[in-house]
Amino acid sequence: MNAIIEKYGKTRLAWLGAGALFTLILSLTVVSCNKAPSAEELGGAAESAVASYVAPGDTDEYYLFYSGGHSGNVYVAGVPSMRHISTIPVFAPYPATGYGFDAESKKMLGDYTWGDVHHPAISETKGDYDGRWLFVNDNGNNRIARIDLRDFKTKQILGPVPNVSGFHGGSFVTPNTEYVLAASRFSVPLPKGTVAPIEEYATKYSGVVSGIKVDPASGEMSVGFQVLTPPFNWDLGDAGKGPSDGWAFWTSYNTERATGKLEVTSTQKDRDYIAAVNWKAAEKAVAEGKADTISGVKVIDPKKVEGVIYLIPCSKSPHGVDVSPDGKYFIGSGKLQSITTAYNVEKMLTAIQKKDFSGNEDGIPVLNYDSVKDAEVNVGLGPLHTQFDDQGYAYTSLFVESAVAKWKLGTWEVADKIPVSYNIGHLATAEGDTVNPDGKYLIALNKLSHGRHLNVGPSQPESSQLINISGEKMKLVYDAFTEPEPHYAQIIKADKLKPIEVYPKEENKNPNAVWDVKDTKVERNGNAVTVKMIAVRSTLEPTKIEVNQGDKVTIYITNIEQTTDELHGFGLGEYNINVVIDPGETKTIEFVADKPGIFPYYCTNFCSALHQEMQGYLLVKPGGSLAAVKAPK
Amino acid sequence: MEGKTGIISRLMREASFFDQPLAPRCRLAILIGVLALIPALFFPLWHMTFRSNQYPDGLSLHIYASQLEGGKTPQRDDLREINALNHYIGMRPLLESDFSEFTWLPFAIGGLALLALRATVIGKMSNLIDVFVLFAYFGLYSFWSFYHRLYLYGHNLDPTAAIKVAPFTPPLIGTQVVGNFTVNSYPGLASYALVTFAVMLTAAILLSWKSAKAQKQ
Repeated sequence: MNAIIEKYGKTRLAWLGAGALFTLILSLTVVSCNKAPSAEELGGAAESAVASYVAPGDTDEYYLFYSGGHSGNVYVAGVPSMRHISTIPVFAPYPATGYGFDAESKKMLGDYTWGDVHHPAISETKGDYDGRWLFVNDNGNNRIARIDLRDFKTKQILGPVPNVSGFHGGSFVTPNTEYVLAASRFSVPLPKGTVAPIEEYATKYSGVVSGIKVDPASGEMSVGFQVLTPPFNWDLGDAGKGPSDGWAFWTSYNTERATGKLEVTSTQKDRDYIAAVNWKAAEKAVAEGKADTISGVKVIDPKKVEGVIYLIPCSKSPHGVDVSPDGKYFIGSGKLQSITTAYNVEKMLTAIQKKDFSGNEDGIPVLNYDSVKDAEVNVGLGPLHTQFDDQGYAYTSLFVESAVAKWKLGTWEVADKIPVSYNIGHLATAEGDTVNPDGKYLIALNKLSHGRHLNVGPSQPESSQLINISGEKMKLVYDAFTEPEPHYAQIIKADKLKPIEVYPKEENKNPNAVWDVKDTKVERNGNAVTVKMIAVRSTLEPTKIEVNQGDKVTIYITNIEQTTDELHGFGLGEYNINVVIDPGETKTIEFVADKPGIFPYYCTNFCSALHQEMQGYLLVKPGGSLAAVKAPK
Repeated sequence: MEGKTGIISRLMREASFFDQPLAPRCRLAILIGVLALIPALFFPLWHMTFRSNQYPDGLSLHIYASQLEGGKTPQRDDLREINALNHYIGMRPLLESDFSEFTWLPFAIGGLALLALRATVIGKMSNLIDVFVLFAYFGLYSFWSFYHRLYLYGHNLDPTAAIKVAPFTPPLIGTQVVGNFTVNSYPGLASYALVTFAVMLTAAILLSWKSAKAQKQ
């Protein structure tokens, strides 16, 4: 040591030591600066991130089914991650799953290529989600569809439903899914096809509200009853439960029965109506033969049958009417006001019994507003739609104010308010329209996103915001951007659904299904060619189909896989065909081979290492029956 | 020190050893062995699992005395899946109908059980030794036959297969990596049942021998 000191000198060594120490401190500082901020440092942001975090490989706590509006689809996401998982095509063709290209789904869609999916409703047993089916209505082409939640596929499309024009006021299920309720937004002269001058709108046009009957075993829908109404615009509804079971509620606007520029003409009266329809009485009236038949549907005329429908004044141009979980109240909101009204079901029943009426509309009694209302809650500007939690709170969306108000049922006090981005339409809480809401999560389905995302040009997505409602204060947790257009959503606990991943071979009863390469065939019968094909890793058998120009070709294609996610596609270029077949499924493809030439067909849904090799050829030989008209030049 | 030949020649000399009646506790041991054969008919003899990134839970194959069974969940039919994957390397599909073993194996196990029961009833050492020798033959033959099957599956690969792999023998016991799969092969409950049967027979023979020796002294 002494030798070293002697060699370099004390002072120099001291400097060297100081230098080393400084370097060490500096490097430690740099290291600590580069470290990711801690949860404490992030504060609320970290809390929000954790609240919506679902680790890779983990699954969400809830399913979110949200309507895809004029896309015609229903979207499926997970809550709280808000990750979009799947799209269920309903009212429009969707090449991604081959929907609308095979004979079966083509038949369901008819000639329609679009629909306007509005309000999804999960089937209920005793007022709680049972996870069997999801119903959605088509505001565009007046249809209603049933999706089976066993395989997340559209199984039935009913409609266009007779007498309905703009099937907006649905889908709302009664507590045991006896009916799916839906009402007509527009009024037209009935039966459809009749033309009456627009000037005679008030007297010649009619509205209807409908009860779509659901078969309890199969889910098959049929029109159970309709109730004729004055030409109001029916908007939204809900089914009663508990003390209000047996009643259906719908809001109406334009009770002025006006035409022209509705923005002005339909907003002149201070109040419009909520209709209370006794669906059990309607059912009975139909059973007793008291209904008329219009376009094949049983329609009850309130002028002839009393006790089926009553009107209750509601602040003007209301949107939502929502029944509280205990069924004691229904909440009606006038979208141009700053209050929402809580009506008392018991008071309504008393008013009906005592004939406490303040007027009537075409023979339908109007109940006295003051006799039926319990409270006017000062929620804020533009209340639209209300949902509930497990703590006795109601949550009302405020379109004009761009906010959600949280208020207490019974005390009618507003407890909290949170701004949303922007212009919220509906909102959904976890199982929030059942008798047993879960609380926890609220999703604000906003109409405008105003560029809170990467700029994607003028065609902007909608925004769906996840709000944590488990605490006293609502907390914004996550911004998700969704395709047009989430009108309403259902949030169901994940364990209530038990979907399959493979169609079991034993369940495939299609007589044209084949399961072995040796059973595949091409058969001719006159100018009809039938192909029985299999799809399996990595071949479409047969790999060659020879037909004559003009032949009617039917291909029954079976995906013989029994493994999750082994989907196969069948794409036929220039014949505009793409079908996707799930494991264990058989689909039918029908077309007329009117174009001569060689048309390769191939698997469109990536399946395996040799997916690219999964192909075959359709040979359409010129000649045949169409040669005369379509000979190539 | 006494050589092996010494023991046998002594046994031969004392032929009475083979006629020796079995002691009650020996009969009990055989009976336990026979009871142990019952699960051998109903539980898998052998398991094979195939793990890879795509199948973290593993594809599984269970070989019974009378059938071949793949793991089956609502999401997947493993036997079907194994065959679907094996076709890429040109391996023949595993078909239950290709295994003649499934017809005679349960019969052979039943036969052995009957012979063992016969030994407990008639109760002579010679009967017991007959069963033991037959069982040893049966066990070794089955083991060889299983190995031979694996060899054939891994060696008779279709030359036109999309993926060419060098012929291989899947592991009879233990772990082997084949392509992107880690194959694990191990005995099942039924095999342990067969081993129990063998152990019980051995115990019965040894016990008889001991008591014979004791009687002599």
